[in-house]
Amino acid sequence: MKIVVCIKQVPDTEAYIKINSQKTSIEESGIKYIINPYDEFALEEALRIKEKLNNAETAVITLGAPRTQEALRSALALGIEKAVLIPQEDFILDNFSSAFILAKTVERLGYDLILCGKQAIDDDMAQTGGIIASLLNIPFVSLATKIEFIDNSQIKVHREIEGFTEVFKIKLPAVISAQKGLNEPRYASLMGIMQAKKKIISEIKIQDLGINPENLIKTKLTRLEYPSPRSQGKILDGDLKEAAQKLVKFLREEAKII
Amino acid sequence: MDILTLGEIKNQKLTRASLEVLSEAKRLANGKKVINVLIGNNLKDFSALISSYGASEILLIEDPSLGEFNSQSYSEILVNIIKEKKPALFLLPANIHGKEIAALVSAKLEISLISDCTDLKIKDNLLEYIHPIYSGKVIAAYQSLTSFQAAALRPNIFPLIEENPNNQAQIIHLSFIPQDNLKIKLLEVLKPKEETLEISEARIIVSGGRGLKEAENFKLLEELAEVLGAAVGASRLAVDAGWRDHQYQVGQTGKVVSPDLYIACGISGAIQHLVGMSSSKCIIAINKDPEANIFKVANYGIVGDLFEVVPLLTEEFKKILTN
Ligand SMILES: Cc1cc2nc3c(=O)[nH]c(=O)nc-3n(C[C@H](O)[C@H](O)[C@H](O)COP(=O)(O)OP(=O)(O)OC[C@H]3O[C@@H](n4cnc5c(N)ncnc54)[C@H](O)[C@@H]3O)c2cc1C
Ligand SMILES: Cc1cc2nc3c(=O)[nH]c(=O)nc-3n(C[C@H](O)[C@H](O)[C@H](O)COP(=O)(O)OP(=O)(O)OC[C@H]3O[C@@H](n4cnc5c(N)ncnc54)[C@H](O)[C@@H]3O)c2cc1C
Repeated sequence: MKIVVCIKQVPDTEAYIKINSQKTSIEESGIKYIINPYDEFALEEALRIKEKLNNAETAVITLGAPRTQEALRSALALGIEKAVLIPQEDFILDNFSSAFILAKTVERLGYDLILCGKQAIDDDMAQTGGIIASLLNIPFVSLATKIEFIDNSQIKVHREIEGFTEVFKIKLPAVISAQKGLNEPRYASLMGIMQAKKKIISEIKIQDLGINPENLIKTKLTRLEYPSPRSQGKILDGDLKEAAQKLVKFLREEAKII
Repeated sequence: MDILTLGEIKNQKLTRASLEVLSEAKRLANGKKVINVLIGNNLKDFSALISSYGASEILLIEDPSLGEFNSQSYSEILVNIIKEKKPALFLLPANIHGKEIAALVSAKLEISLISDCTDLKIKDNLLEYIHPIYSGKVIAAYQSLTSFQAAALRPNIFPLIEENPNNQAQIIHLSFIPQDNLKIKLLEVLKPKEETLEISEARIIVSGGRGLKEAENFKLLEELAEVLGAAVGASRLAVDAGWRDHQYQVGQTGKVVSPDLYIACGISGAIQHLVGMSSSKCIIAINKDPEANIFKVANYGIVGDLFEVVPLLTEEFKKILTN
């Protein structure tokens, strides 16, 4: 059972995001990068499956700048066995091209189960897993909260949707995206961290995959801007009963919501 | 340009999100055709409503095996339809099923896809897609480089157009041969322990945070919600404390909602919470701390003890809503 986890390094949610002067990207300096929080659930699930099945191998891959090595190193420290970096040089990728590169990489590594996060909290498209699955012609379930093995070739996946839980039966190989609730991610042990320092992070170059990313770009980012600030709100004063009456009146007469 | 839209049925009803997609398609179509696809079982009852939202064609793909969502068969059907109809644009709701379909279909067709769009504009004769990134701290604009393109639209953002009961869409039944070798199958749908209103498509949400102090106190919010026909949401700390189930969590690790009205009670307004609700049309904050961050995004705020304010609000709303 070969499990490949796709992880992305993203700015910490607390990070102050500054748009560059050309409005095409953000200023990276000063940003603290973390592993995309949903990808931590994917990593944890891979480790749990490995611990349960005796023949599982785990690998983690990321497509990104050289700094993303840190994210791979953290994954190794948790106990993932193999790490692959696909360096993204100074060209821009969209969701199709990045998923295409990831799919080709996974193909090269071999796979039975591909795990990713439900969405990257920076670009927030929630599409990469589905595109990988489609390109590899294998099934996809997003937002998994439970994965159970039926046998070596089939799994059951639970996901919550609008209050209900859908339970799918899926033939492997498959792509599953992880959601909060799937598991409780562990912390790396000191020993894990020490061992990870010595492990090799292999590199697969995009060119070596036989890909010219320029031919794959489908979508162009044209501009970044800050959201228009919400207009300054009103604090309703007076005693609380008056405030409540004013509020109800506002909602009915001004906002016309009630 | 013809626009293809995907309708979505839940609990034997066409979802509001599908009507929003139809409305946006109609606005963009500018005289060209809007073709709506419906996949499922027993679909004839929905045509009148779809028609009144201005569709020129309704494609029905009916089969008992399609009564339940199946990302593989649904996306295969859509890929075939899009190849045949060659619409310029494919629009669908950006909810869980919609986003899965969007990824699978767009990748098969190798077309541009913008997910979770909050606005669509025509600029220099090209479509510009707006999508918030970095937890809503930045708004990104995209253009498609492919002539066919797809976008998934965030629910509750795009306004509905006025219904036109006189519009007569052409209804076309497409044949379908069920596949018996599907790689994915929905085995069952487990019902929630108790039936409560779901938050992702609710028009009004009353939401509680750690200021509620204990699980029982959510009763106060439930009473207010009942008067308003609202759903009850929660902050992460309220969920982590075990007061509410995770499915009701609003925010970065919960759901992104954009109701018409969001009432935040005893919620401080951490960035990870704001990500989930700052696109709500009207936000009300009730917090005893006048410095609380939530007031920065609120349209109206009341500084005070929620245990006093919420029952007063319930009472006032009751007065106007029961008259
Ligand atoms: C400077 C800049 C310019 C950009 N320009 C464009 C542009 O012109 N057009 C455009 O469409 N987009 C552009 N993007 C967006 C970028 O290409 C997205 O990262 C890409 O679309 C993937 O989508 P996502 O990050 O929303 O991932 P999602 O689909 O939300 O990610 C889901 C999951 O997929 C996996 N995953 C995602 N990305 C990776 C990765 N790189 N490596 C490994 N696993 C991953 C993770 O498990 C993640 O949890 C730009 C981004 C930047 C920073
Ligand atoms: C990676 C990550 C992901 C996260 N994801 C989410 C997420 O999805 N959703 C989310 O909500 N959070 C999320 N958080 C947590 C977030 O940072 C905050 O900790 C959380 O939102 C705070 O919840 P709260 O507002 O209920 O609690 P607090 O911050 O403790 O605020 C309670 C508020 O109640 C007020 N209050 C207390 N008593 C009363 C009273 N009697 N009357 C009126 N007001 C009162 C207080 O003044 C205070 O402002 C995430 C954090 C991280 C790091």
